Amino acid sequence: MAASNKPIIWLPFAAGGTVAAFVMPSIMVVVLLATAGYLSGGVLDFERIHGFVAHPFIRACLFFLVGLPLWHAAHRLRMTVQDLGARSATARRILAYGCYLSAGVATLLLAYSLMHGW
Amino acid sequence: MSRVQPKMPSMSYSWWVKRPNYIRYMARELTCVWIGAYAIALVIGLFRLQQGADEWQAWLAAMASTPGLVFQVLALVFALYHTISWFHLAPSTMPVWRGDQQVPPIIIEVVHYLVWIGISIVVFWLAGG
Repeated sequence: MAASNKPIIWLPFAAGGTVAAFVMPSIMVVVLLATAGYLSGGVLDFERIHGFVAHPFIRACLFFLVGLPLWHAAHRLRMTVQDLGARSATARRILAYGCYLSAGVATLLLAYSLMHGW
Repeated sequence: MSRVQPKMPSMSYSWWVKRPNYIRYMARELTCVWIGAYAIALVIGLFRLQQGADEWQAWLAAMASTPGLVFQVLALVFALYHTISWFHLAPSTMPVWRGDQQVPPIIIEVVHYLVWIGISIVVFWLAGG
């Protein structure tokens, strides 16, 4: 049987889907309520969030909490667009590169943002 | 590694509208667009946070604008759909065995919901505390 590289993609896909399922809705609710002005007490004030994210442990967590869903989305989008009709070898190659390169660039920006200037 | 390219049967681009099952499948799969977009919004937010107070404030203002709020509401709806569908599939993707007996799917699903509620409480507590 030919060696498969699928587990390499599956792990971030499954982990990212799980992280997104468990953590994303509550984060979205907090940001939505705060930006819509329903929360008092400056929940998203710069000093507060900056101080919070400055902890190395929090930044390590954020790398996985934000980074894994990126790869989940990239892989699922690739598979779905393939299902929707991108079936030629060329279309599939462009699709795969497009999805994973986007996730890669976003991950690099995430890593830079979490490592630089803290 | 060589790959055989089989001849693909022709198939309409709208195959998925033909059955409610397929539509639900497509809705579930397309939640990833919103998960991905929101994750990118968070990456930009962290990038702006690292730049400084004014840049962070600009990101907050963008999220608080009308398009930003519409985006956030849609992302939340699709994220909830992702959570529900992910938990619903969990017993199939991660079956749990106790000895030679499979743990009933409903128990696995309920445990997921309980963990989700716990994590959400921690996030709300961190945000409020």
